[in-house]
Amino acid sequence: MQRREFIAAVTLGASTATAGCVTSGSEGTGGPAGLDGDTLTLTTTTSTYDTGLVDELNASFQERFGATVHAIDQGTGAALETGRNGDCDVVLVHARALEDEFLREGYGVNRRDLMYNDFVVVGPEADPAGVDGADGVIAAFEAIAGSESTFVSRGDDSGTYAREQTIWEESTAQPGGEWYREAGAGMGEVLTQAAQSGGYTLADRGTFISMRSQIELGIRLQGPIEDGPELLWNRYGIVAVNPAVHDGVAYDLAMAYIGFVTSPAGQRIIEEYTVDGERLFVPEAVSAEPNFRQYVPEGWDPEEE
Amino acid sequence: MVVSLLSVVPDASILALLVDFPFDRNYLTSIVYVSLYVSLTAVTLSTLFSLPIAMLVGFSEFPGKGFVVALINTGMGFPSVVVGLVVLFAVSSQGPLGAFDLVFTREAMIISQFVLAAPVITGVSLAAVTSVQQGVRDAAYAMGGTRLDVALVTIKEARYGIATGVLAGLGRAISEVGSVLIVGGNIVTADGTSVTRTLTTAIQLEARQGRFELALLLGGVLVALVLLINGVVLRLGGGRI
Repeated sequence: MQRREFIAAVTLGASTATAGCVTSGSEGTGGPAGLDGDTLTLTTTTSTYDTGLVDELNASFQERFGATVHAIDQGTGAALETGRNGDCDVVLVHARALEDEFLREGYGVNRRDLMYNDFVVVGPEADPAGVDGADGVIAAFEAIAGSESTFVSRGDDSGTYAREQTIWEESTAQPGGEWYREAGAGMGEVLTQAAQSGGYTLADRGTFISMRSQIELGIRLQGPIEDGPELLWNRYGIVAVNPAVHDGVAYDLAMAYIGFVTSPAGQRIIEEYTVDGERLFVPEAVSAEPNFRQYVPEGWDPEEE
Repeated sequence: MVVSLLSVVPDASILALLVDFPFDRNYLTSIVYVSLYVSLTAVTLSTLFSLPIAMLVGFSEFPGKGFVVALINTGMGFPSVVVGLVVLFAVSSQGPLGAFDLVFTREAMIISQFVLAAPVITGVSLAAVTSVQQGVRDAAYAMGGTRLDVALVTIKEARYGIATGVLAGLGRAISEVGSVLIVGGNIVTADGTSVTRTLTTAIQLEARQGRFELALLLGGVLVALVLLINGVVLRLGGGRI
């Protein structure tokens, strides 16, 4: 019930706000009769793309429903921006604060929790900063800053970078100086750079595992999947682009896709997806107690609006 | 068509490399196809657009001609990512061309490569056309040629330079990664068929994921293709038969 109200509120608000500039005419993208030949545009983070998970999900979706998925890998920020422009139909990202903003602004509807894994602090075997013995991720970051060991940052508008910034903000250390390098690049490039320069970085577990055989870096600090600090949770959400804001988006197809990846079948693909025998993501969409908060921005109160 | 092109490659070792290529065959041929389709289309359109302009600017005197030439020469070095950004704004559903649904398509990539290649082809052709000796043109006029006849004679005389311009434009288009990544989206479908992935964006992706050997291999394919096209165009356009 609350969810319905939220969608109605968002849809109504958005359509009133854009009523002046939306051209009349084309309503939706055809009826529900078969998705064959339709194309869904998905923007997603480099972490889900580079691990190959998205390919797997899309192949299965295409096989079942006949609709083609065009997946575009961007950072979380860019993926949401593409959604704001109405150039994609569905967004799969991992930065709750940015997703909430996207929902609040009315660009996204029907957010669902999809899966999680964790962030890991990776670094060279020699461990010059002594991260191995650090008590928690904040202490680890302070140790890296204190020893001025090389730290390669994403330096982009990605979910991983957003989390890195949160950790620095909660620590007493200041990122900066010669040792702190902003690569402005995707996770894979940053891992390669960190390995080349014997430095540390914050990585999502999935990308690290899928690249581990090519780089000489090890996990120095684990996230909550191995009982590490809660601050390293890495939750992925999937959001449909609001059809009331952008006429051209394939909303039916986007919801079919969200329905599929959050269904037991989709969740099984996520659960069974491994690289080098290791599981990369933990599905969390199928739950005995669905969390209403997953659909709406955090702190949103239906009574207020 | 791609297959027949590849089979012309004279070096047997390159063929052997392709046979053992560690990619799905469909994946490789489709990204080669997209690369060629986008770049060749863009360069063909640029040539059709650029040659008349080069002739016009080359043959006529008008106030501000120096400025136009400077503009063309500036365009030759225009940063490709900036072109990508501008084209993205144009084709995005919020942009002026939004109604055509071009964002993340091959057509959008063709537009950006057109913008990149056209100044190069115009600039080099212009230099070639103006360097055709005035005597040749005068002779053509003297023999009673119309303006069109004179233009054709000039093109014939300048064909080697024009071919160089077209090849330079193609080189800029096919080896370009920044703008096609932005406007194309580097898309493949679930069965491994390229929609907007080109050789360059595939190389970028492999390098990002740390698979440098595969990136290098794709780079080899790209270089081989460019060499092949250069050979073909120089034979046709250069007249060294």
